[in-house]
Amino acid sequence: MMEGEELPGLLVNEVGGMHGILHDHVEFLKKHFCLITMKEFLESEKNLRKKVQAIYLWWHKPVIDKDLLQSLPNLKVIANSGVGMDHLDLKLIASFGVKMANAPRAVSSSTADTGMALLLASARRLVEGYHVAISPGMEYCEADFLGVEVTGATLGIIGMGSIGYKIALRAKAFEMKILYHNRTRRKEQEEQAVGAIYCEKLDDLLCQADFVMVVVSLTPQTHKLIGKREMELMKPTATLVNISRGAVVDQEALVIALRTGVIRAAALDVTYPEPLPRDHPLLKLKNVIITPHLGIKTDKATRMITEEAVENILAALTGLPMPSEVLPS
Amino acid sequence: MEGQELPCVLIDCIGGKHGVYEDHAEFLKERFCLITMKEYLENKSFLGKKIRAIYMWYHKPVINEELLQSLPNLKIVASSGAGVDHLDLNLLSSYGVKVSNTPLTVSTDTADLGMALMLASSRRLVEGHQMAISPDTEYFPANWLGAEVSGATLGIVGMGTIGYKVAERAKAFEMKILYHNRKQRNKEEEHAVGATYCKKIDDLLQQADFVMLAVKLTPQTHKLIGKRELQLMKPTAILINISRGLVVDQDALVEALQNKVIKAAALDVTYPEPLPRDHPLLKLKDVLITPHIGSATVKTRHLMKENMTESIQAGLAGLPIPNEVLL
Repeated sequence: MMEGEELPGLLVNEVGGMHGILHDHVEFLKKHFCLITMKEFLESEKNLRKKVQAIYLWWHKPVIDKDLLQSLPNLKVIANSGVGMDHLDLKLIASFGVKMANAPRAVSSSTADTGMALLLASARRLVEGYHVAISPGMEYCEADFLGVEVTGATLGIIGMGSIGYKIALRAKAFEMKILYHNRTRRKEQEEQAVGAIYCEKLDDLLCQADFVMVVVSLTPQTHKLIGKREMELMKPTATLVNISRGAVVDQEALVIALRTGVIRAAALDVTYPEPLPRDHPLLKLKNVIITPHLGIKTDKATRMITEEAVENILAALTGLPMPSEVLPS
Repeated sequence: MEGQELPCVLIDCIGGKHGVYEDHAEFLKERFCLITMKEYLENKSFLGKKIRAIYMWYHKPVINEELLQSLPNLKIVASSGAGVDHLDLNLLSSYGVKVSNTPLTVSTDTADLGMALMLASSRRLVEGHQMAISPDTEYFPANWLGAEVSGATLGIVGMGTIGYKVAERAKAFEMKILYHNRKQRNKEEEHAVGATYCKKIDDLLQQADFVMLAVKLTPQTHKLIGKRELQLMKPTAILINISRGLVVDQDALVEALQNKVIKAAALDVTYPEPLPRDHPLLKLKDVLITPHIGSATVKTRHLMKENMTESIQAGLAGLPIPNEVLL
């Protein structure tokens, strides 16, 4: 007998541990759903297959493939924790009549904050500085350790969606000159509010920026968007910050560019894969900061993501319009 | 001697860890006859009379009474940075020597660093980096979280030029801003950054998620943040110090961190600098320390050099001195 039998079944990968739904969120989820973990589902597939009406993906798990979709006849909706959907086969899922949702509102502030954190940390050599400050043997002199200025520098934002725009709002307060490149140009008022100048050609942005911030979705068009050619267009004093997806940057080209001084430094919240293999050259370069996909890793953002997911799932199950439905394009 | 017509200025040395940067020296040599401490000590009786100014770069050369007595024609000491707590202003005044600093050039960089420390500490950036590159890492745990900066409450202690610039930046992160200062700022200034005045520092300490120290070091601000103040702070709060190490009671801070009275600290300044290698602050997990890099950018250091040069030139010409430090 399962608790809350009247509630619709929500399939999750697991609860707690390294990859599971956060313990803090369970109570909230159980108010609306009967929680079924993959382990429980696999142990009792015959009984549970008809109960599952929704799936809540947490960090891309459980993996959604044809087998799983075929075994869930009453599945109506899949909600993703986060905004990127590049790990899902949207057409396949749609072909089963299953709706999809992401969580765009929850992620934008905390991801924009991550972008700014990385930009500042790289410019001012925070990680290096920390090691100098705490190292047992090293003598240092404050006069000798220099970074580059953020205030008044030029920031080039590639991808001006809601996250990119929030970055522009923050950068403006640092009196940064803001250039942006996007598939479509933003409205004049939006540009003026942040003092952003549109660069129809990506090259124009790359030549002028002191900091290049990559904030696009991963699509076939943005795969390896920043490669050898793009990095060579950048200033040798420029910093590349990636908070989008690892695959948007050509990692091999980045290693060479950093080693040979083609660009000054890089700060990466995302890589391909995550984590990188432990012998990857990026891990050894002094002018790279890598963070473990911090983007939305705050109590507040994760809670909002779950709330957004629940909103979308409940809307789908009751046949109402979903706040953030994602359609296969 | 080369450039005898140019006024003689004493510096510590050129290059190396502590000296005037080579490229700055080129600029200075076009305007002054530079004399290093080494050169001076080798020829004290001749050079002592010629030196009319001291270009003090990061607290060197050290100025004591003995030196002042040997430089009868010394008119001005130009000191790099905003702080003058390393100078005996009374002593210098008694020898009729004027003093200048560079208070404004450092302000934007220091505000930027305050923001950098707040973001890095809150989002556990340094810890995260170590995890990302550690040979032992196999995956990134889903339950590893930081605290959000956007929308949180920032309490700024000391709303001078630097504190105000921090407020301008924090506003863009939709932070709620409280501030404590000797004097309340005017309504327009408060409104421009959405800052609320806390006449009592306790009110600020009790509400803030982040407490940022941006005061000058004076007898009144010495150990301003001690055991009592730390206990008033939230257990989830983070202390950020971009002022001077002595503004915080370091022993009380260690205790507060060990007992989880506050969550974390991010310090660009300590007392002394650097800390002794066995100091407990170096071993605490929730402490981010940087080696006093508040103004450490290429551009700002050039500006400092230019300001100091201007001050020396004005001082030697008997004109009003930009950035003069008065007693």
